[in-house]
Amino acid sequence: MAKKKRKVPGLNASSTADISFILLIFFLVVTSMDTDTGLARRLPPPPDPNQQDEDVKVKGRNVLVVQVNMNNEISYYYGDQASRVYQQNVQPADLYPIAKEFIANPNNKANMPEFHPADPPLPILGAYPITQNHIISVQTDRTTKYEVYFQIQNELMRAYNDLRDEFAMKNFGVKYSDLPSGEDKELAVRGVYPLKISEAEPKQYGTN
Amino acid sequence: MPELNTSSLPDLIFSILFFFMIVTTMREVTLKVDFSLPAGTEIVKLEKKSLVSYIYIGPPTREYRAKLGTESRIQLNEDFAEVGAIHEYILQERESMQERDKPFMKVSLKIDENTQMGIVTDVKMALREAYALAINYSATKRQ
Repeated sequence: MAKKKRKVPGLNASSTADISFILLIFFLVVTSMDTDTGLARRLPPPPDPNQQDEDVKVKGRNVLVVQVNMNNEISYYYGDQASRVYQQNVQPADLYPIAKEFIANPNNKANMPEFHPADPPLPILGAYPITQNHIISVQTDRTTKYEVYFQIQNELMRAYNDLRDEFAMKNFGVKYSDLPSGEDKELAVRGVYPLKISEAEPKQYGTN
Repeated sequence: MPELNTSSLPDLIFSILFFFMIVTTMREVTLKVDFSLPAGTEIVKLEKKSLVSYIYIGPPTREYRAKLGTESRIQLNEDFAEVGAIHEYILQERESMQERDKPFMKVSLKIDENTQMGIVTDVKMALREAYALAINYSATKRQ
């Protein structure tokens, strides 16, 4: 019997497009592309239960306390007892200039953080004098609205970012956000204005 | 009129399909709480979704309101939970991560702006106990 050469018939592939369309639509529905954005923070590790309940002594001039009460009214104070600045009923946006001046202490005021040479030394800048002991503490009531707390955090972050931007602009000629992350210049600027927003609620402050 | 050659159409669609499969991630959970996130100016993008766990806090959605009221509740995975369950949740999430990723774990807090701080403070305390220290207050960009 002679072998007949048979031609393989072409597969009808016209529905493949429809099938892949269905797959495509399935993935469009089930997955999401939205990127999560927000304010990043680092919490302190949990308190050691074996540790003696010792109050951490912080000099009054190094602490800026922002308090929000149950009616969402904001007040702040800083400085030690003799030269304390206390202000009630402020808006979140009012905290921005205060925080900025407090962190940098450009006029070396006695009721704002003192300068210490950076320890360990910063890259490029070395033992640059910085206000490394400053702390900004945000204290809230249990019934405070989260929105208010968030706006305060946002304003404080804005103060830090602007200080860093100005410093980077003055010294390196670029904005802080444009410096490559993790390199010496970026580390130096970050070291000059370290983020010191306390997430824990300190119990008591030592007075200077 | 000559017929249009559509033989390359499936390939075209397939490449779009693969693009979407790579770029997107699976939707995490069906939400049982409502939240409108606060808006800020200083927010940054959260990189690497595989490192991020989510905690949702907000008033229950309409269908659960009759049973649970309108007070803010915590949602972990698919269900409502109490503050005490957070420790377990974090341990589970950490267990499911790759060994080299574990130190970089992040927790994104998606909190409704009208929530009271009491519950937020409790959650933060629970996260500290579980050593999930890198957190992110989820928010939208405000111009």
